[in-house]
Amino acid sequence: MVEHGEIRVVHRGGSKLTSRDPVFSSDSRFLLCASGECVKVFSTSTEECIHDLRGHTELVTGVLLRPSNHLQVYSCSADGTVRLWDFTDGILIKTYVIGYPIYSIYASANHEGVIFLVTPAQSDKRSEMFQLVAVQLPQSGDQLVEARELSAVLSDVSSNPAAIVFGRGGEYIASANGLQLEVYFFKKQKAYRFPLKEDNKKGGKNTFMCVACHPKDDCIATGHEDGKIRLWRNFNHKKEYTYSTLHWHHSAVSSLCFTPEGTNLLSGGIESVLVQWRYNQESQRDFLPRLGAAITHIAVSPDGALFCTSHSDNKITIIQSCVKVSAVIQGLVKGESVRTDLMMDPRSKSLVLNGKPGHLQFYSLQRDKLLYNLDIVQQEYIHESGLQQFEVVKAAFNASGNWLATVEERKQKAAELELNLKLWAYDEQTQSFVLNTTISAPHEAQITAMCFCHAADSQTTMLASTSKDGHFKAWQLAAQAHTEDEGPSWSCDFVGAYHDLVPECCCFSADGSLLAVSFQEVVTVWSPASWELLTTLSQPPGAIRDLCFGRLSCSKYLLGTSANNLLCCWNLLTCSLEWSTSMDVSLLLADPLSENMAAFCCQAGCTDLFVFKPSEPRPLFSRKEVCSGKVTRAVFAPREEMLESCEESSQWLNHSQLYFLTQYMDLMTFTTKAEEDRLMASSKQLVIDDSVAMTPFYLLLGKHRQQENQDSLGGMSAERTPLPQGSVAIRELLQTPAHVLPSTSYLCSMFVQSLLISVTDTREENKHTEEEMESEKEEEDSEGEMESSTRPKESLESEATESAAPALTKAQARELRRVKKLDHSWLAGLLDS
Amino acid sequence: MGEFKVHRVRFFDYMPSAIRAMAFNSRTERLAVARADGALEIFNFADHYFQEKVIPGQDGRAVEALCWVGQRLFSAGLNGEITEYDLENMRPRYTVEAYGGPIWTISSNSQGTLLAVGCEDGTVKMFELLDERIRFQRNLERQKGRIISLSWHPSGTLIAAGMMDMIRIFDAETGKEMQLDPGVIASKSKEVVVWSIAFLSDHTIVSGDSAGKVQIWDGLTGTLVKTHLVTKWDVLALAVSQDESSLVAGTSEGTVVQFQFIASTVDQQDKEWVRTRTFKNHSHDVRALAHTETAVVSGGMDTQLVVRPLLDKVEKNTQESALRKIAFPHRSLVCCAKKAGLLLFQFPDHLELWRVGESDGLGKPGDSLPVKRNPEKLIQLKRKGEDHICCSALSPCGGWLAYSTVSAVRLYRIQYNNISITKVSKLPKDLRSAHQLCFSSDSSKLFASSSHSSVVIVSLNQLECKHLHTLKPRSGESRPVHLLFASEDGKWLAAANADCEIHVYNLHKLKLHCTVPVHSSCPTAIAIHPVTSNLVVVHADQQIFEYSLMQKEYTEWSRKLQKQGLHSLWLERDTPVTHISYSPKNPAHIFLHDMFMFCIIDQSLPLPEAKTMLYNQMTLRSLPEPERIRHSHAFKISLPLCLLEDHSLVVVERPLLDIMSQLPAPVRQKKFAT
Repeated sequence: MVEHGEIRVVHRGGSKLTSRDPVFSSDSRFLLCASGECVKVFSTSTEECIHDLRGHTELVTGVLLRPSNHLQVYSCSADGTVRLWDFTDGILIKTYVIGYPIYSIYASANHEGVIFLVTPAQSDKRSEMFQLVAVQLPQSGDQLVEARELSAVLSDVSSNPAAIVFGRGGEYIASANGLQLEVYFFKKQKAYRFPLKEDNKKGGKNTFMCVACHPKDDCIATGHEDGKIRLWRNFNHKKEYTYSTLHWHHSAVSSLCFTPEGTNLLSGGIESVLVQWRYNQESQRDFLPRLGAAITHIAVSPDGALFCTSHSDNKITIIQSCVKVSAVIQGLVKGESVRTDLMMDPRSKSLVLNGKPGHLQFYSLQRDKLLYNLDIVQQEYIHESGLQQFEVVKAAFNASGNWLATVEERKQKAAELELNLKLWAYDEQTQSFVLNTTISAPHEAQITAMCFCHAADSQTTMLASTSKDGHFKAWQLAAQAHTEDEGPSWSCDFVGAYHDLVPECCCFSADGSLLAVSFQEVVTVWSPASWELLTTLSQPPGAIRDLCFGRLSCSKYLLGTSANNLLCCWNLLTCSLEWSTSMDVSLLLADPLSENMAAFCCQAGCTDLFVFKPSEPRPLFSRKEVCSGKVTRAVFAPREEMLESCEESSQWLNHSQLYFLTQYMDLMTFTTKAEEDRLMASSKQLVIDDSVAMTPFYLLLGKHRQQENQDSLGGMSAERTPLPQGSVAIRELLQTPAHVLPSTSYLCSMFVQSLLISVTDTREENKHTEEEMESEKEEEDSEGEMESSTRPKESLESEATESAAPALTKAQARELRRVKKLDHSWLAGLLDS
Repeated sequence: MGEFKVHRVRFFDYMPSAIRAMAFNSRTERLAVARADGALEIFNFADHYFQEKVIPGQDGRAVEALCWVGQRLFSAGLNGEITEYDLENMRPRYTVEAYGGPIWTISSNSQGTLLAVGCEDGTVKMFELLDERIRFQRNLERQKGRIISLSWHPSGTLIAAGMMDMIRIFDAETGKEMQLDPGVIASKSKEVVVWSIAFLSDHTIVSGDSAGKVQIWDGLTGTLVKTHLVTKWDVLALAVSQDESSLVAGTSEGTVVQFQFIASTVDQQDKEWVRTRTFKNHSHDVRALAHTETAVVSGGMDTQLVVRPLLDKVEKNTQESALRKIAFPHRSLVCCAKKAGLLLFQFPDHLELWRVGESDGLGKPGDSLPVKRNPEKLIQLKRKGEDHICCSALSPCGGWLAYSTVSAVRLYRIQYNNISITKVSKLPKDLRSAHQLCFSSDSSKLFASSSHSSVVIVSLNQLECKHLHTLKPRSGESRPVHLLFASEDGKWLAAANADCEIHVYNLHKLKLHCTVPVHSSCPTAIAIHPVTSNLVVVHADQQIFEYSLMQKEYTEWSRKLQKQGLHSLWLERDTPVTHISYSPKNPAHIFLHDMFMFCIIDQSLPLPEAKTMLYNQMTLRSLPEPERIRHSHAFKISLPLCLLEDHSLVVVERPLLDIMSQLPAPVRQKKFAT
């Protein structure tokens, strides 16, 4: 098999933000959260992600501010390391190798140089036992430090990070596990255990869910499965401990948190209501309801002004003093299942899938940020269990991304199925999709598949849909005859059927000249131009599961997987079976940018991945046990910038990345070592120059400069303006005390002048790039030249970027040119339409 | 072939009365409980919470507050009188009119020299405690509103009074108002009643009011320290533990809220009152509370007395750590005429005589038989006078009926051919009042336990009632007799008194036969075996003794039982055995029952091992080896139980649910998901 040593399956983009509780920086300007294999630093005011702290190779399981230095943060991971970061600059300071998977991390100011970690009990790695260990961090100048001196503090603790907490000033630590609360006093080295009865008479479940300690008083708050909160006091006595009970939540309390002064206790649970209890006056409560989804974690900023709640829908809400939601950091919403497939929006290169109920979410994987939600159903969603509501079940983009087709359905118990096919046009002005046509009841039964014709040069866009009613329909955009003012809308062009069989999948060939529709075990190939049945292909037994046309050089091939564990490849020129192989393919996928196809095979509870070219018998890449369970959703996401990997096994990752959803709804992808190294390098480079003073100007200037930095990183040589603060006028303005400055009106002209860029410089540089472009063009074929005259400015710029890249190998240059050609073609299509 | 034919009697609609006030005497460990009908009950907490004494109520006497002064017990009520009780003879000793309108509260200083009462007219009246009486001393400065609650400072110099909308502190010596009131509690919209108040030794005043708040005040400066909103309704009662580290508040919602005096951080000394636990054992208002060393005792509208142990003060999983609910009196209110099949039910203000129903008597064990003749109520006898009925008895032949109040004994003759009842007018003078009444088995004699532990014997026949003899124990002590049992053969009479003594008299010789060795716990039921003349005694601590009257010593069986010890499941029961009877078929069988169960002891079988389980009859049937002590849980709550002549068993049941359903509706509470 193929060597795959350096390709790893990683979490990148769209990972859970809410697996661990977020941490506020001490000035509450930043919020740090564990997200997949990195720690993300968000700005609390703008919701933007400022850095990714990358370095861990497994899921990050804890983030903790270093008690002795509030500008540094510890993170721990299941890869057995604890890393220390400078989170303002995003620099990895130190790596401590512990050697055991770590599940959570704790520290207190009282314990200098010691961190407390939850690791599996060493005696038996298989068992579900965890222990809390103290690790003395060695003082060493090295980057990589081995810290193997572990001393157990508490045995048998919960792996839930919310179940352990340090008490007032770090004098004791409280740990709840199951039905027992344990308090360990460090000074006395004595532990007190307080068990609860398994079940009280009224049926309440007493299991501990979370623990919080009052910062000033000796009071421990515990949340329980039946929604009760207990406040424990006097717990330094074996018998005379006492607790009071607060009860508002109707089901488990998932998070508890005291405010920094200890005046309030915050609690949250599935009710998605943040409850604020007055400490010592617990009958007074404040509520912040309608937070959208169940609360999983609560954090409070050190000044107590900001609260932050994590929610089960991968959202972090920042709340100002329990009154107002000031910011929402939304991750990729992954519900129970993804009804629509994973798709890429060709325009924004973002991942599109079901989001909030009745919405499609557009998620940028590169920026790891939710771009926006598109309301498809356009009806109020009612939060009530058992209520059948409209759901988006299918969605498809056309090749240019200016048409979006969606299908929503509602299945009520007694009533008939309600179906709507909606077609959305992209509006350049509003930069969003606008509903163009709604076709109610496009089919009589559920729609099984839907796809757009991907041919870039076709005059009209075509949509094919197949349904369980035995028909497939082709829809076409046509100008309405009688109403001129409304513009073109979609209507049905053709209704096809085959022997009363139910169509399952449909697929357009790359050039749009063929439409393949599978009717159980028969594949029919139609010509969309004349709607005649060209041929039928069949490989019984077993119904067809997936159909896929080959791309580019392999466009003569049609691939299909059948329920009978068969992967078939038909040659459409000979209309014969080229090859077939026996494998249980759960998902077959074509890379739109290359000939490559990916097949996920489910074997013995695990999923294997094969990447192959239809024309070649040998797979390019194969990987056993990619993840456990069946993979049913995956997508090839085109890369923003191509990788330059020459290695055979990783070449398939050059153009696009393969993302897939595991059965636990984790979004995973494949990455090469080179790519990881590059990411690591880029994250380290970002160092802010400290010489700039923090003035209002700084924001203006600093931003400008950063932009420039990026430009220079991208290799752009154009428009190198002299640094504004380099000019004498600015320096004078910035450094002279305000009261000795002349009047602003006098200064203004001088200031503006200083900002102007000298004309000669720019022109020269522009000329330089233009020259380069010219030479590039000469190499292109005539067709490309024709179009280049009408090229929009953006593409020109991007091309310039590429052309300016230093030292391209010959092969790469050729590749580059080919990509450019592709670009031109879709641009042409855009212009034509 | 069932062993017994069982009459399940459900027509005794006994209704206990609501608990109004409570006072705990920590020295003697006695709890005095006053009920809404004026009855007073004394529970001995040292002796398994046994209801030692019951002083019946009186029309027009409503006890609002209780107060122990040493061994003396005082009560005050809305009739404006202060009553001291004679606990020896179980009757009010005297009453003193306070002349201040209805009295809301009574409280004595810790020295036991002064008694303060709070009256409707706004005065706090001080009474001096003399040896035999109390004497009015003076009024404290008169206030505008009524005085609802009073609390003495432990030093005895200051007294805090809770009134409508405010709390005032008085100097007990000068009677002057010491300071400005520690704040006006009133909310703007409605009047606030300070239902309860507690003055702690560190000059902290704790108040519970009708706005549902427990407030903590600094008594020196008169400033509010903290407010705990405990309920939407009223906080009716407060009780403080002896060491002032814990405080409980009873609310109208039926909850009892505990506050504890806790240091906020582990090492620090300054403590504060923190609300901790909430107990919900009542469905209605908690009107009265007592805080003992180890438990919180609460009672209220729902008539139950609940002893809730504080788990931090008692050993876990012991008898002390169990929650106790005392719902029924620890004595029999039912009397059964064995030969006639009649039942006499005793209510505070009347008696009911019923004839039990009949059926064909054929059926499989466990079947319920069809009733051929319905039970019928023969007589309802209203008591005369304003004192409530204290005890009653029905002769075995059913021809005689007697009852006693605090002031008089009445005897009636009943004819059944056309039901008529005639009062026996001439009763001997010695028979003035009785604590316990009992007829001899041939219905020819009436035994009445009178004052000073004496038993008066009255012979009955159609023509006249004649005083035969007065039996007196040798020593001169004067505890009231609360149990009497005349043996079947008419030779013996056993009398047990509250001092745990049991005297056995020989009725032929009319003199004391012997005194059973004194056990530390109070006897709850006694019986003499009809054949062997052995006396069986069951005590409040669940111990069983058998004493041979012939040999004047414990029987062999009793010694064996004591040596081996009783089964732990038997000892864990929390209601005392209230009745003992014997099987006429099998002399080795002893029947015992308490509130919740009925059991048969077979003396011929070996004693159970400590580890064996006690089974009820259904599971027992499947077992090859019969157990020594057999429990039958077939009956829900059987108040008293008697054996009739024809081997049928009468079980009088009073399900708790029926009592609950007769209570007024509790305060409305929002319940989640309703």
